[in-house]
Amino acid sequence: MRIARANRLTPYMFMAPAAIIMAIALLYPLGYMVWGSFRAWNPSQSIGEAEFVGLRNYIFLWNDPNFHESLIVTLKFAFFVVSLEMLIGVGLALLLDRNIRGMSVLRTLFILPMMIAPVVVGLMWRYMYHPTVGTFNTTLESWGLPKVDWLGDHALMSIIIADIWQWTPFIFILSLAALQSLPRSALEAAKIDGATGWQQIIHIKLPLMMPVLIVTCLLRLIDAFKVLEVILVMTAGGPGLSTEILALRISRTATEFRELGVAAAMSNYLLILLLFFTVAMFLFTKWQEARARRLAAAIQEDD
Amino acid sequence: MPKIHLENLIKRYGDVQVLHGIELEMADNEFTVLVGPSGCGKSTTLRMIAGLEDVTEGEIYVDGNPVSHLEPKDRDLAMVFQDYALYPHMNVAKNMSFALRLQKRPKAEIDAKVRDVAATLGLTDYLLRKPGELSGGQRQRVAMGRALTRDAGIFLFDEPLSNLDAKLRGQMRAELALMSQRVQKNMIYVTHDQIEAMTLADRIVVMHSGYIQQQGTPQELFKRPVNKFVAGFLGMPPMNFLEGTIEDRGGQTFITGDGFDLVLTEERAASAKTAQKRHVTLGVRPSDLTYAPDSAPDQALELNVMVSEYVGAQSVLLCTCGAAKVMVELGSDTPVALGQTLKFAVNPAGIHLFDRESEVAL
Ligand SMILES: Nc1ncnc2c1ncn2[C@@H]1O[C@H](COP(=O)(O)OP(=O)(O)OP(=O)(O)O)[C@@H](O)[C@H]1O
Ligand SMILES: [Mg+2]
Repeated sequence: MRIARANRLTPYMFMAPAAIIMAIALLYPLGYMVWGSFRAWNPSQSIGEAEFVGLRNYIFLWNDPNFHESLIVTLKFAFFVVSLEMLIGVGLALLLDRNIRGMSVLRTLFILPMMIAPVVVGLMWRYMYHPTVGTFNTTLESWGLPKVDWLGDHALMSIIIADIWQWTPFIFILSLAALQSLPRSALEAAKIDGATGWQQIIHIKLPLMMPVLIVTCLLRLIDAFKVLEVILVMTAGGPGLSTEILALRISRTATEFRELGVAAAMSNYLLILLLFFTVAMFLFTKWQEARARRLAAAIQEDD
Repeated sequence: MPKIHLENLIKRYGDVQVLHGIELEMADNEFTVLVGPSGCGKSTTLRMIAGLEDVTEGEIYVDGNPVSHLEPKDRDLAMVFQDYALYPHMNVAKNMSFALRLQKRPKAEIDAKVRDVAATLGLTDYLLRKPGELSGGQRQRVAMGRALTRDAGIFLFDEPLSNLDAKLRGQMRAELALMSQRVQKNMIYVTHDQIEAMTLADRIVVMHSGYIQQQGTPQELFKRPVNKFVAGFLGMPPMNFLEGTIEDRGGQTFITGDGFDLVLTEERAASAKTAQKRHVTLGVRPSDLTYAPDSAPDQALELNVMVSEYVGAQSVLLCTCGAAKVMVELGSDTPVALGQTLKFAVNPAGIHLFDRESEVAL
């Protein structure tokens, strides 16, 4: 009896050290941030000296048009970046899922953009986007096409393109791995059952890849909300506020405006947003499962 | 015109050749069974017909048209895979109706068809389960069901009953035999199980390491195997083999060996003579050996009982005859003691002779 109980507890005992460290490493900064977000807090003060202001920081942000602007830019950026990257990454994986010679070389080449330091990526793209000597405009010019003001009028589009370049490979690699671990024989069965290539993708490959795709999408979404360095180097949020995404605004609020409390409140808004997405995605899969079960039960009652 | 014709089919994986010129014709509505030991190329042959493996050399004709360049979906066939190959994300009903749904058949028709097949296979209670929630045998039946809901022109089965228990296998076998009479389609069926082969087949094709050894009706193969391999492969318990020499004595032909001296029928003697072989292998099936204590010595084997396996009404006795091992069947009510020597009469028509080097039947 007691041995059985001890046995049941063993896994928790083994997990305890890791759980404690996790709790401290994760919850302490988080708590600090929440704590700080209720204060008018200047970097020269210690947190204890800062005046407690209740929800003032949150209310201020709620009514701050610049924060709204930044939030909209972030949402736009994340939406376009993640949907385009998923589309291109999964599409490429579906196209290249075959035994081509040199595939492993190709795969290594594909990951390269992910391995470059973000600051370098930012610098690289800034030079390529340069209005007069940049790669893109010189190329356009040599083709006799009009120049594009990449980091001016089209700054948001330009940073989206750069992000797609950098992160599509991530989705490509994960999708390819998911594809190659699909049961081959189920695909063969689908071929025999008369599925065209397209139907195989829709009915077999994508549904079976879905768990991986959802996690990938979530990871990218979270990342897209926090991207900082590349944009900082490329546009520094400009021109105007057109590319000032939340992460950038938070860092500026903390360093330039010296409003640690407001920055913390902003971080919490971002955190709530991300939590919302994660929970929504989780609920969506749960809902789908429940719906499938309900449908099944309904059919059973018909009989 | 044959419905399906495999013309000198060769398959190589890199340098390894696994099929060496398979030449096979199947008439319309024929039930063809491919049998052979593991790794002999049965699945490969089937997969080439299905279009899942490239044909290295040779051609496959269906109704006289070459099909080896066609995609599987354009070949109008249904297949049951050795490893089930079910769609893990679809429930049983969806698995079974996938092909029909792709063809955009009316929903009522699909439902009726699925119900019908599920009832035959005893799957009605499982229609809403996913493959992951089924036992191996149930999955295998779903795989069968998926093929049977289609009305394809050709049905391919790759060991469809191998994971079922003996009773269910018997039921399914009978079910299949009935169905094959009813639907009148070409069926190609791969199995290890010779009872399946014997009971289902219009034509059995015995394969061994990428070669066809013999093809014909079950009776032909059982009665006149062309070589020792086929003789030993079909029949349960398997045929007994004894090394012997042909001798002429007093106008009669005998086969003598360690512990036996049997007279041959004229027909056998003649075929042994024409082949001009002296050193031969004698093959005799357990079913051609009957317990007969008073039979003449030149028509019987004296066997020393080593092991007795009780299998119900019959016991299988493993005995020695000289140095060779011989299996016989005996009614279980006959009292036998281990170590006892018994006399078994040999059915003269059941004697098979094989050349000792080439193993070809004489
Ligand atoms: N992809 C492959 N590459 C190389 N050799 C292969 C490949 N697939 C099969 N083989 C070989 O081809 C031979 C025939 O295989 P096959 O699957 O047709 O055997 P089988 O008769 O179906 O056996 P079993 O009864 O065990 O299923 C085997 O020797 C196997 O090792
Ligand atoms: Mg096989």
